[in-house]
Amino acid sequence: MSWIDIAAIADIPERGARVVKTPVGCIALFRTGEAEVFAASNSCPHKGGPLAEGIVHGQKVTCPLHNWVFDLNTGEALGEDARIATYPVRIEAGRVLLDGMAVGKRSAA
Amino acid sequence: MKDMKQKLVIIGAGMASGRVIEHLAETAPDAYEITLFNAEPRGNYNRIMLSPVLSGEKTYEEIVTHDAAFYEAAGVTCRFGEKVSGIDRDAKVVHGENGPVSYDKLVIGTGSVPFMIPLPGHDLDGVIAYRDLEDTHRMMGMGAGKRVVVIGGGLLGLEAAAGMAARGAEVTVVHIMGHLMERQLDEAAGYLLKKSLEEKGITVRLQANSKQILGKDGRVTALELDDGTALPCDLLVMAVGIRPNVALAKDAGLAVGRGIHVDDQMITSDEDVLAVGECVEHQGAVFGLVAPLYDQAKVAAQTLMGQEAAFVQKSLSTKLKVTGCDLFSAGDFSEGEGREDIVFRDPSRGVYKRLVIEGDRLVGAVMYGDTADGSWFFGLIKDGTPVADMRETLIFGPAYQGGAQADPLSAVAALPPEAEICGCNGICKGTIVDAIAGGAGDLGAVRAKTKASASCGTCTGLVEQLLQVTLGDAFQMPAAQPVCGCTDLSHEDVRRLIKSQELKSQPAVWQELGWKTPNGCHVCRPAVNFYLLADWPLEYRDDPQSRFVNERKHANIQKDGTFSVVPRMWGGITNPAELRAIADAAEKYDVPTVKVTGGQRIDLLGVRGEDLPHIWADLNRAGLVSGHAYSKGLRTVKTCVGSDHCRFGTQDSTGLGIKLEKALWGSWTPHKVKLGVSGCPRNCAEATCKDVGIVCVDSGYQVGVGGAAGMDVRETERLVDVASEEEAIAVTVAFVQLYRENAKYLDRPYKWLGKVGLDWVRERVMDPVERQRLVDAFELSQSIYRKDPWAEHAAKPRAYAPLADLTLEAAE
Repeated sequence: MSWIDIAAIADIPERGARVVKTPVGCIALFRTGEAEVFAASNSCPHKGGPLAEGIVHGQKVTCPLHNWVFDLNTGEALGEDARIATYPVRIEAGRVLLDGMAVGKRSAA
Repeated sequence: MKDMKQKLVIIGAGMASGRVIEHLAETAPDAYEITLFNAEPRGNYNRIMLSPVLSGEKTYEEIVTHDAAFYEAAGVTCRFGEKVSGIDRDAKVVHGENGPVSYDKLVIGTGSVPFMIPLPGHDLDGVIAYRDLEDTHRMMGMGAGKRVVVIGGGLLGLEAAAGMAARGAEVTVVHIMGHLMERQLDEAAGYLLKKSLEEKGITVRLQANSKQILGKDGRVTALELDDGTALPCDLLVMAVGIRPNVALAKDAGLAVGRGIHVDDQMITSDEDVLAVGECVEHQGAVFGLVAPLYDQAKVAAQTLMGQEAAFVQKSLSTKLKVTGCDLFSAGDFSEGEGREDIVFRDPSRGVYKRLVIEGDRLVGAVMYGDTADGSWFFGLIKDGTPVADMRETLIFGPAYQGGAQADPLSAVAALPPEAEICGCNGICKGTIVDAIAGGAGDLGAVRAKTKASASCGTCTGLVEQLLQVTLGDAFQMPAAQPVCGCTDLSHEDVRRLIKSQELKSQPAVWQELGWKTPNGCHVCRPAVNFYLLADWPLEYRDDPQSRFVNERKHANIQKDGTFSVVPRMWGGITNPAELRAIADAAEKYDVPTVKVTGGQRIDLLGVRGEDLPHIWADLNRAGLVSGHAYSKGLRTVKTCVGSDHCRFGTQDSTGLGIKLEKALWGSWTPHKVKLGVSGCPRNCAEATCKDVGIVCVDSGYQVGVGGAAGMDVRETERLVDVASEEEAIAVTVAFVQLYRENAKYLDRPYKWLGKVGLDWVRERVMDPVERQRLVDAFELSQSIYRKDPWAEHAAKPRAYAPLADLTLEAAE
């Protein structure tokens, strides 16, 4: 793994999300708690809704277009046969780090 | 000449004695100077409601029936927290701990005492009964990680168990009999009840004999059964029964059997001493349910006023409420010779019904899981109606009699006027229907007028059905749907509890109202967020993370993830500078579609999310602000040109529209709000299908409300006609604020009006004091929210840009 420093955790609103553009497409960083962040594809497999714009609750997000709900631990849609890709992410000293390998970057900048 | 007031002393502030004082205060306020003793350090409260207090559905304040103001107004001297040591009947003096009081008439309402089984260890700390607020508080302390044993599988014991289990305690119910609530239920219903309690995590031990209570250092540690099992516990609740509290009366030498003997006038063996409530014995019977106690209280009050009255015992049905279980039992359902049963079971729905028939009469009924027809069966039992003709379909209830359609309302429609609806207060159907016909258009009004459903509330559903049967479509049945899966509470409950418990943050709501999820979901969060900001405008601030994307980003998301931007055009008026700025912005940001909206403004569709703060900044520079075309808030005020240009115009409709829009813009509401102002009855602004529509006429302004032109199409109903523009604005603002304070989230005004009734709204808006309060409350809230969110967000464009762009950094 090669961890890339993305931003301070405070840059993401609690129970909110922000988008990171990557070679594998837009990834949303969901801040589900004070010091808890998940990374997953920003695009809903249903109609492409921007998941970072959805309401974040528990460890889930609801797509703003048609209310599909995704579990951010697994990426699985509740009650639907669909899932979104999830990516390794961690918090270190108040910074959010994303795994560069997983998002299509060969090496950390 | 007026006589001196006589002295009345009342011992015990319970539900019966409270009702005596109420009757006296209402009908003969000058007859007596009243002194009220109560051993508990408080006045009258609704003891039936201790269970909701325990389960957290209500607070103590909500179950107080009489407060200090009431006693003061009724001229009652309160001696609360003071025990009575004795009654001297010869001297006609009651001795309290803090001194004697003489009386002309004495009412004893000492109630009952819980029966404590004299098991070894029953005096350990942590062994309590379930009788008063102190006991309730002890039980409320039992949450997760605490273990509780309840002895007694009757109504009281099960309420205690359910309440503590709901708080997370590990609860075991120990019952000596073979099934629960054996006095009210037969075995099958008892089994269903047991199953449903077990599903709530409560352990039920039947045919269990308690042997002794074990303790350590004076505190309870476990209950030991006679088979040797020890049930460890932090609290042991004994709920095995009550007995009349007769000690004082006995010491005073009054005639006492199981209870204090009283005659039909509620007079004891001493003609100046009366007794009411659970402490009395009347014709061999003692009383535990509230309905006969209230009857006794009425008779006692009439006796005290020198009126003729007699207490008559009635047969009783009990509609039982164990949190989350639906039970009904009435009459006699024991098996016996000449008795036949009709039984209906639906295991998949958990429904059980049993009717007991003797000859051609119904004598008993037990129901579990579906008790909708209970009152109808009870009527048949009470009236001794011959049922031979309908025997085959009897168990299916009134809906199936006489070939009528199975309509859920037909049961209550079929009830005779004398059928009792509210058991607590003895209110029959006829009284309620009369009240409705007399103008009581909602549940609250019926309660205020008749007291029906005002005590325990279990008949609320029936009263609502009567409203619907009587008023037809004018009454919309409130569906007690929970907000979402995070809670069992309805929107109405949540709103009420936010106000009454003064909950001022979302975590407070989740915690205090027992949310089942850590922080809600996309359904409840926006609703709770709105309720909080509507009720506590200064203490609570709107939480963008609990807003749907449109309201968080202040633009409407489109199906391709782009947004639409709609600047406000006050009253539909614009000018060349604004139009130029809009045209420039459309070009600069490659806006693919420019459209005129139905609300008289211009929509720029297809703006990229990252461009939003920049296009807003550009529009702001031309003086344009957010049109809130995305919000559950004020959208537009559509106007016609009015008297300025139109040859038919009667008033300045455009001017009024602009004033209204300037007053209301920025406010959040339960759903979107659209206004229209037409300058004459030709109604070019289509005002009569708006949430608030004003039609100008020669004499002034006709203010209509509750219009709609969406999924439903509705014409406004006239709220009021006013003469001046100022008044039209005040009425509109007051209406919007009333809607903000009371409506369910996502109910448009017409839906809300369907629930509360136009009359209720008119009464409030037209009351000068209330109207001013509403206007002030709205202004207070607007001091926070009447501002342009675009300007605010344009200042921090980074929030709209990606957090990082990893595609830019050169891959090799």
